Amino acid sequence: MVEFSMTHAWLVPLLPFLAFAVIVFLTRPWKMLSALVSVGAMAAGFVISAYAAYGVFTSHSLIEKSLEYSVRWFSMPGLNIDVGVKLDPTSAMMLFMVTLVASLIQIYSIGYMRGEKGFSTFFAYMSLFGASMLLLVISSNLLEMFVAWEGVGLCSYLLIGFYNHKISAREAAKKAFVTCRIADFGLLLGMLALQIIFGTLNITELGEKIANFELYTNAATLTLVAVLVFLGPIGKSGQFPLHVWLPDAMEGPTPVSALIHAATMVVAGVYLVGRMLFMFLEVPEAQQLVAVTGAFTALFAASIALTQREIKRILAYSTISQLGYMMLALGVGSLTASMFHLWTHAFFKALMFLAAGSVLTALHHKADIWEMGGLIKKMPVTGATFAVGGLAIAGIPPFAGFWSKDEILSLTLSGGHPVLFFMAALTAFLTAFYMWRLIFLAFFGKEKPENHPQESPPVMTVPLLILAFLSLVGGLVGTPWFPFWGEWIRFGEFHHAAPDYTVMILSVILGVIGIGLAYKMYVKDVSAEQRLAERFRPVYTLLYNKYYIDEIYMWFNHTLVDGAAKAMYLFDIYVVDGIFINGIGAITRDTGSALRVFQTGRLQNYALVFFLGVLAVAVILAITGPAPAGLVWGGVR
Amino acid sequence: MDFPILSIILLAPVAGVIFLLFIPKDEFKLIKSVAAIALGASFGLTVYTYFAYNQTAGGLQFVERYPWINDLGVTLFLGVDGLSLPMLLLVTMIGFAAVFASWNVSERPREFMILFMLLVVGVMGTFVAQDLFIFLLFYEVVVIPIYIMVIIWGSSKRVTKEYAGMKLTIYLLIGSAFLLVGVIAVFVRALIITGVPDFSFTGLAQVPFPVDFQIYMFALMLLGFGSLLSMWPFHSWSPDGYAGAPTAVSMIHAGVLKKIGGYGLIRIALYVLPAGAQFWAPFMAVLGVAGVAYAAFAALAQKDLKYVIGYSSVSHMGYVLLGIASLNVIGINGAVATMFGHGVMAALFFSTVGFIYEKTHSRWIPDFGGLSQQVPRLAVAFLLAGLASLGLPGLVTFVPEFTTFIGAFKVYGGLAVVAITGVILTALYILRAAANTMFGPKRAEWDHLVDIRGPEMVPLVVLGVFLVVFGLLPSLLMDMVNNGVAPLVAEISDVLQIGGRF
Repeated sequence: MVEFSMTHAWLVPLLPFLAFAVIVFLTRPWKMLSALVSVGAMAAGFVISAYAAYGVFTSHSLIEKSLEYSVRWFSMPGLNIDVGVKLDPTSAMMLFMVTLVASLIQIYSIGYMRGEKGFSTFFAYMSLFGASMLLLVISSNLLEMFVAWEGVGLCSYLLIGFYNHKISAREAAKKAFVTCRIADFGLLLGMLALQIIFGTLNITELGEKIANFELYTNAATLTLVAVLVFLGPIGKSGQFPLHVWLPDAMEGPTPVSALIHAATMVVAGVYLVGRMLFMFLEVPEAQQLVAVTGAFTALFAASIALTQREIKRILAYSTISQLGYMMLALGVGSLTASMFHLWTHAFFKALMFLAAGSVLTALHHKADIWEMGGLIKKMPVTGATFAVGGLAIAGIPPFAGFWSKDEILSLTLSGGHPVLFFMAALTAFLTAFYMWRLIFLAFFGKEKPENHPQESPPVMTVPLLILAFLSLVGGLVGTPWFPFWGEWIRFGEFHHAAPDYTVMILSVILGVIGIGLAYKMYVKDVSAEQRLAERFRPVYTLLYNKYYIDEIYMWFNHTLVDGAAKAMYLFDIYVVDGIFINGIGAITRDTGSALRVFQTGRLQNYALVFFLGVLAVAVILAITGPAPAGLVWGGVR
Repeated sequence: MDFPILSIILLAPVAGVIFLLFIPKDEFKLIKSVAAIALGASFGLTVYTYFAYNQTAGGLQFVERYPWINDLGVTLFLGVDGLSLPMLLLVTMIGFAAVFASWNVSERPREFMILFMLLVVGVMGTFVAQDLFIFLLFYEVVVIPIYIMVIIWGSSKRVTKEYAGMKLTIYLLIGSAFLLVGVIAVFVRALIITGVPDFSFTGLAQVPFPVDFQIYMFALMLLGFGSLLSMWPFHSWSPDGYAGAPTAVSMIHAGVLKKIGGYGLIRIALYVLPAGAQFWAPFMAVLGVAGVAYAAFAALAQKDLKYVIGYSSVSHMGYVLLGIASLNVIGINGAVATMFGHGVMAALFFSTVGFIYEKTHSRWIPDFGGLSQQVPRLAVAFLLAGLASLGLPGLVTFVPEFTTFIGAFKVYGGLAVVAITGVILTALYILRAAANTMFGPKRAEWDHLVDIRGPEMVPLVVLGVFLVVFGLLPSLLMDMVNNGVAPLVAEISDVLQIGGRF
């Protein structure tokens, strides 16, 4: 079975894809059956992934040289594209994580989506979403990855716009797609350049060729290519300045948000940079850009999250911020730390989104955390699991987030980036604060009499408990004393760094202070935020309005893009058509109608013209004298 | 050449036309069934031909030759290769689908179907003819039915249908006038050089025309074929014409007819006059890029659905022109495949908009919103066509566009980048149109609409299958195209000394 799973890893994305087709064409009228098909396919994928992962994590040879097999997709002279599977510890880990988290989310969705009109369609899209992400993970070729990449984008479009009768959902879906498209423009250019320079898009071959890139091109070109490729992840992984779509993506049903934020979609960008890390390591400027973008995004998004009121919006900004950490890790050259944080984040972020969904169901989709309060009494499982997620993201040991975040922080410091380290550490503090602000406001404090919350059914709470368990222990695979993770998932040599107690203690202190401050401001003295907001009104407004970036984009879109569109259209109507086409037409027509005067069809007109002509000849002759007259009168003289 | 399959593909609709002449004009169902069977037969045989074509052997296959005018060297020379087969498949597929998209035509359906089948025959003929004279003959067959169909069954919105029909026809005729001059000059010059009258493409391609002659002739052909391909700035017939034309004509016209321009540029202009092509290639590339960006912006400003697709199609033809202008196998492969992909997509789009118009008598986007709740199947068709239009991987348009970009980027670098911005702009106008038409709160005035069903589903199913299957398995298309393009480019490669930018 292990052998089979490793050589048939393509089944993992194929099964959910088939589930999508089966639901769309066959089982759509039967809701439960559709859900079972979807969950079944994903669970089967999980089993295969687990076996494959077992196989991979027991054969050391795969760390340096991945298991690859492929078929020809299309080819012509000078352009051969294969689609295939690239199985190594990184992709095996991702297969395992994505199928696990997606299965849990789908099971949860059976409870969350019950009674919805588009129940079957929802599961069809979820299957396709999973399939695209899994294809992306195992891709051995960049173009194959791009196909999956866009597939993920399509599914997010469909699922964010699931309630597309609502204008907000419709616009959010469009925004997600277009924003990612802008980013993909860069990625596409980067891929074209890679294909043209190196003659292949196979990731392994690119790795070999880029290691000696001087044979093909110069460093400046490769830097440009790397930056172009990085544009794609900026969009997909919600990095500044293309992060704007991600908070709006919460318009979709909550399980979709969980899937987008934890297991699929946004981590695709991080994964792509991870896959192409060999290129970024060759060109330090591009690598620096990745690091700075990551650190800045982490801090920037955390600052916005401080003031938001909607539960899912806070979580969305927290995702952007955590993705910034992952990019930062890649930017300082560590695949290990980045993938580790991706792994732990998947568990606690899926957990928190699903728990938020549980809260929203209980409160009939009232999303403002200020209108919640004391929910933990009526919803103990949801509240407790959410708190586990909160501890994990705040970096409190031994929860999962602590280990991965600590690794990123210590690597940033030891890699010689004090400024980035400061930003990352500050983000850690802010994260603990805003996340516990949410938890204290929503789950603790006074109960609101107008709310009548109820704990969700087991089909929803069991996945929460499993995810909470994973958020607790998920980080233990990569502690400084048991560096199993770093030994397997890495790029280049494995270095076992000694535990950096300074950073570790610092990060715990920052987390504790953040939580403590939140406790003081939102449990002890609830009006503190109000007072602070009034005192620092401009800053508060700026943060609350997300630095007005959406407004700037809106202005750009409506003024410049639409203006250019209108200008081109008017040019088309008045210049191309108006002057050229209709002008030529008018000249022809007017010439015609001018000449028509002479074509009256009346005999007397023609006779008159004839007579006038004779008369004219006679007059001319009379005036000009004898010489021409001789021509007319002949020899008569 | 034991079984004249190409003749039968060509003659099946003619037989349908003759049959229709004997059917009473009010037998609506029978009339449409006859058209469906006749075009279905052509479609089925073409699918067979497509897969029966021996790719290892390559070259012209299923060849038929019937000498016609010996003194001029005119032969009724039919044959298909990897370049013409995708186009032939496209015509017959769209022709078949268009009958069902016109299932509800109630005004003079018999005349409609007769003219439509003649139109399809004309278009098919241009792709199977291997003789320049026959090519032009079929091309002229196309012009007349289009004019009549637009004038009688068209619709007047921003411009009257008479204006649209006239514009369309005059453009086609002016294009063919330029062509005719070029063709006669090429023929006469070839006669002077070789002393043997010959109109066949292969024959003409062997003639060593002087370089300056090639440059002048290529310019004429570029004008003729270019305006047919809606090359910027000779494109303005396209949005108006499609908006005025009835659904079936829009489908055929945007789907395949304008591709005669691209096909002719490759098969005739490039193949016979390679030195001319090399001279004009940068110029073509600039016009192509201008068309992509310009028309994409113009599409963004449209409020009439047919104008959105009309400008969109102008924009996509810019890719084709750019691909051809790259003058390398990859770029031209991309151009041909893009023509195919765009054809399937545009036909589906026009049939969808046609149904919307038929049911609501409106194409004005602000009149709509939330239609996906009332007509979900139409919404699926709309979204499928839209996603294909923005080049979503997994649909038939993606790999061709990618290939075109590779070919063009190699040669034109920064200029190609401008064209590639098209992928953003396309997403913007397509998703905007989709959002404002299909999504959002539903409107009570469209509650009475009945979704497409029965025969109306045929265009969605037939075109949708090709969109997805050829998208997931692009080698079905790309191998065939490459089979036609690679030898053609190889033959002229000694003339083309193209240096890449990288």
